[in-house]
Amino acid sequence: MKRAVAAALMAATIAACDREERRFRELPPSASATNAVRQSELQPGGAIVEESTYTKYDENAYALSQGKRLYEGMNCAGCHFHGGGGIGPPLMDDEWIYGSDPAQIFKTIVEGRPNGMPSFKGKLGNSQVWQIVAYVRSMSGLGSRPASSARDDHMKVAPNLQLRKAERPRNSFLPPSTQQP
Amino acid sequence: MTWLQAAHSALHPASAQADRVGRLYNFLLIVAVLVFVAVMVAALWAAWRRRPIDEDTSPARDARAHRVIFAGAAATVAILFVALVYDLALGRSLTRRATREMLTVRITGHQWWWEVEYEDPTPQNRVRTANELHVPVGQTVALKLASADVIHSFWAPSLGGKKDLIPGHHNELWFTPTEPGLYRMQCAEFCGLQHAYMALEVVVEDSKKFAQWINAQRKPAATPPDTLTARGKLVFESGPCATCHAIAGTSAAGTIGPDLTHIASRRWLASGRLGNTRANLAGWIVDPQRIKPGVLMPSNGLEPADLQALLNYLASLK
Amino acid sequence: MTAASPPVIDLPPAVDPADHARLRRTYEPIRGFYAWLASVDHKSIAKRYIATCLVFFALGGLEAAVIRAQLSRPENGLVGPDTYNQVFTMHGTTMMFLFAVPIMQAMGLYLVPLMVGAKETAFPRLNALGYWVFLIGGVFIYTGFFLNAGADAGWFAYVPLSGPEYSSGKRVDIWAQMITFTEIAALIAALQTIATVLKLRAPGMSLNRMPLFLWAQLVTAFMVIFAMPSVATGSLFLSFDRLVGSQFYNPAEGGDALLWQHLFWFFGHPEVYIIFIPALGFISQIVTTFTRRPVVGYPVMVLALLVTAFMSFGLWVHHMFATTVPQLGSTFFTAASTLIAVPTGVQIFCWIATLWLGRPVWRTPLLFVMGFIAVFTIGGLTGVMVASVPFDLQAHDSYFVVAHLHYVLLGGAVFPLFAAFYYWFPKITGRLMNERLGRWNFWLLFVGVNVTFFPMHRLGLEGMTRRVYTYLESTGWGTLNLVSSVGAVIIVAGMAVFVVNLARSWRGGAVAGANPWDADTLEWATSSPPPPYNFADPIVVTSRSGLWAYGDEIPVLQGLRTDLPQVLVTTVMDAEPVLRHIHPSPTIAPFVMAVIIGAMLIGGIFTPWAYPAGLVAIGVPWLMWAWPRRRSYEHQEELKGTFSLEAPI
Repeated sequence: MKRAVAAALMAATIAACDREERRFRELPPSASATNAVRQSELQPGGAIVEESTYTKYDENAYALSQGKRLYEGMNCAGCHFHGGGGIGPPLMDDEWIYGSDPAQIFKTIVEGRPNGMPSFKGKLGNSQVWQIVAYVRSMSGLGSRPASSARDDHMKVAPNLQLRKAERPRNSFLPPSTQQP
Repeated sequence: MTWLQAAHSALHPASAQADRVGRLYNFLLIVAVLVFVAVMVAALWAAWRRRPIDEDTSPARDARAHRVIFAGAAATVAILFVALVYDLALGRSLTRRATREMLTVRITGHQWWWEVEYEDPTPQNRVRTANELHVPVGQTVALKLASADVIHSFWAPSLGGKKDLIPGHHNELWFTPTEPGLYRMQCAEFCGLQHAYMALEVVVEDSKKFAQWINAQRKPAATPPDTLTARGKLVFESGPCATCHAIAGTSAAGTIGPDLTHIASRRWLASGRLGNTRANLAGWIVDPQRIKPGVLMPSNGLEPADLQALLNYLASLK
Repeated sequence: MTAASPPVIDLPPAVDPADHARLRRTYEPIRGFYAWLASVDHKSIAKRYIATCLVFFALGGLEAAVIRAQLSRPENGLVGPDTYNQVFTMHGTTMMFLFAVPIMQAMGLYLVPLMVGAKETAFPRLNALGYWVFLIGGVFIYTGFFLNAGADAGWFAYVPLSGPEYSSGKRVDIWAQMITFTEIAALIAALQTIATVLKLRAPGMSLNRMPLFLWAQLVTAFMVIFAMPSVATGSLFLSFDRLVGSQFYNPAEGGDALLWQHLFWFFGHPEVYIIFIPALGFISQIVTTFTRRPVVGYPVMVLALLVTAFMSFGLWVHHMFATTVPQLGSTFFTAASTLIAVPTGVQIFCWIATLWLGRPVWRTPLLFVMGFIAVFTIGGLTGVMVASVPFDLQAHDSYFVVAHLHYVLLGGAVFPLFAAFYYWFPKITGRLMNERLGRWNFWLLFVGVNVTFFPMHRLGLEGMTRRVYTYLESTGWGTLNLVSSVGAVIIVAGMAVFVVNLARSWRGGAVAGANPWDADTLEWATSSPPPPYNFADPIVVTSRSGLWAYGDEIPVLQGLRTDLPQVLVTTVMDAEPVLRHIHPSPTIAPFVMAVIIGAMLIGGIFTPWAYPAGLVAIGVPWLMWAWPRRRSYEHQEELKGTFSLEAPI
């Protein structure tokens, strides 16, 4: 009786537990982004359906925790603070200048962006960048919330990631310098 | 490189403190053996003694038994009291700080390596290294223990007891080494995936050798003598290495990983996991996850020529 | 539900023999699977509890086998660090939370009502709730383990390693919530024991005539009530830190990592005595029966139990000597940790005296008692060693402590538990276990335990730390580790013999009557296995010697109803009857409530809203349960007049 119940539980949820996998070495999704960032909304012909790059990093608790560690270690907080923004734009809101898709964020980190975002190409391995990508997405509530951690072991500077409402991304494709005050 | 030459046993003390604790242990061991033998003899005799059929079962026998039990209890209390007095006296005397000059070293525990920083009133004399501690024989060393992440514990069995490194707290441990030699220290508080491989080597040497060592450590990194080594320096500074590691005198100033300014002077790599040889270093740089799965250093794909240059450079950092 | 049940013989004494049939109908009104789910019979629930605990024991043992296999050689690659961390955490967690405490309580839940001579336990529905909550909690954490979400921060889960930043995912949340489940179950069992022992004793069983087993269970139950809330609070704080971002353990915001250690060990130290003291109760009964005389020094034995229990609350900092606790404070804990050896030592002296003065009958239970004396004494002596701060700073978190704790737990709890199994198996099943297999069981375990754990003393002093998934060959630890792993194989063999003995004796053992050992406590006055109502008429107790004081006739009290489940409630000190109380019949409410509690706590690791939702939902079975029943208050009958029993102690 107990065995049957246990087996049923296992079968029902076995697919959903990628959250707890610890992958120390793995091949990340392709490094070159499939979505280029568009500079304008004008396009010939019908609308192109944008494909999103799903990565399993989004739902992996270990990846998110490593991403957070790297965020601190690479001093992303130096410009973006803990998501609130300062010198750099905020990361916990719904506005994504260069896109919220994981591949787009990957490009942002690896290639850098105008107006101050440095390029980390050659400074971080690909899987490490994907971990940061997943963490950055989780800052605005995207990705899997149970896989995030509720707080950091330092001063409280941001609300609880697990209970944060997901901010539906609004992609703004025009760089800030073109937007006049 | 093996740990066979490094002592790591509480039964082979090499410091004044460990020696006294060893003597306490011997005393407690003798007491324990005697008590155990007495209890077992009593129990087995009681269980297997031959009983005459017409044995006296009067209450007077019970009264005699009570007296024996009382005597046993009194003896137990007496023995425990003696042990207690010895324990407390030794504990008190070991926590009394030495009044003479101590060498102060700040140890910060990281997941899963040890940051070692020699304090000095003159800033340029401060030495920062990792996973290796040199101390002069006969001088008391005071370790200031702090943690950068989770709880660790500093334990060199031959040199004394352990103390925990607790985030948010400062702890202190001191010992006076009495014999030159190599001693192994291993983290003794479960700290995650690579707790098993978080060791540090303590080198106890005479004061002249120690002075030589620390003066060498105070210097910045050697400049590369040839082009291949210079190329290695470039690989280090422009690649992912400099993101996490620091080499004094170069533009690499990362603070996440161990300081590598004098890495070639160390006997061990990866916090005591690998001997410091060229082959081991190559394997460690290229794929640390195979050697210490879960460690925070990522795998690095390097061009073979770049790897050889880098190894040359690191080997030059004595 | 055995096909080959033993014949029902030796029914408990009754003035009117027709009462047996009536009582059987009253106490077992329905049968079938639903009846099993809705059962409030303490024996049925306790048997499930014991069986579940034995399953967890086996799982914990498998985890230990994996540990020993991995550590048998240096740099072994059997399991990686992540799996190993989960395995050793689950080993400790299973053994401490899912096996050791629950099985001691479960033995109590079976034996205490029988030994006090009562028809039922004090709160039958609450008892059922306790079991279901325990089962759900255990299945929950093991489901997590099989889904790669097993806790991996150690059974003691120190923060900040187990905190939100360094333990990612839900592994530690599942662990912390399992504590809530097992804590509820343990508190419920403790409440049962206290109320049953204090208020349902047979008339004439004054406190000073109570068997030592009951004293041990009573003392343990009080310890559970004082100790469990500490770990429950600590784990609640940890779950909140991990779920809602509270700052209990965050030094940067005013919390403290040491707070966890204090809360945990304030529970953790009494916990090992909670495991140990019931075992002392087993030993007292077994020594009495197999030396054919009462234990020497009854008042001293009771006092020793009480003193041990009190003192055990003053030891906890000895787990924290390596932290920043000040030296003067540590002194107090050294003194307490050293002197707690005295009451236990006195108990051992009393048992040895009993062996001396009595006439030992060498059956398997007594063999295990001798094994207990040997193994536990070694563990206790190494305990006195680690009580001293200077030596503890060498031994702490090394394999020396692993050796110490296994010696005291295996010697002090598992050996007495096996003795109790062999002793009370005939009462529970009606059949005797095989003596020859019992001897093999004992000797294999005795040899195995010593071969496995004795070398660990040396390993610890040679520098091997705990919780390491492997070690380098040049540390020189390989040989002793191999010896230790060979010992583990011997232990597995001993356990296998036990399982074989259990399986064979369950259906095919020799039929035991009511009292195959000719023992003196009241549970042996009823049939084996006991009928659902335990006793037809309450037995009147006239002395401390229990059944040995009677000849052929056993005095009983008449007057309880047979058409409703009615129990006799007596006074705390002298067990004079005061009340006839109607007990509940089988009901599904506890099971439903346990399922809702389970859903609430499991949901609570994902969202804090699970708690208010769950509390509201609990209202439904709560109403089923607590709705006043006419028959409960209409048939409550106080007993007028006095009732006195005169007899020497």
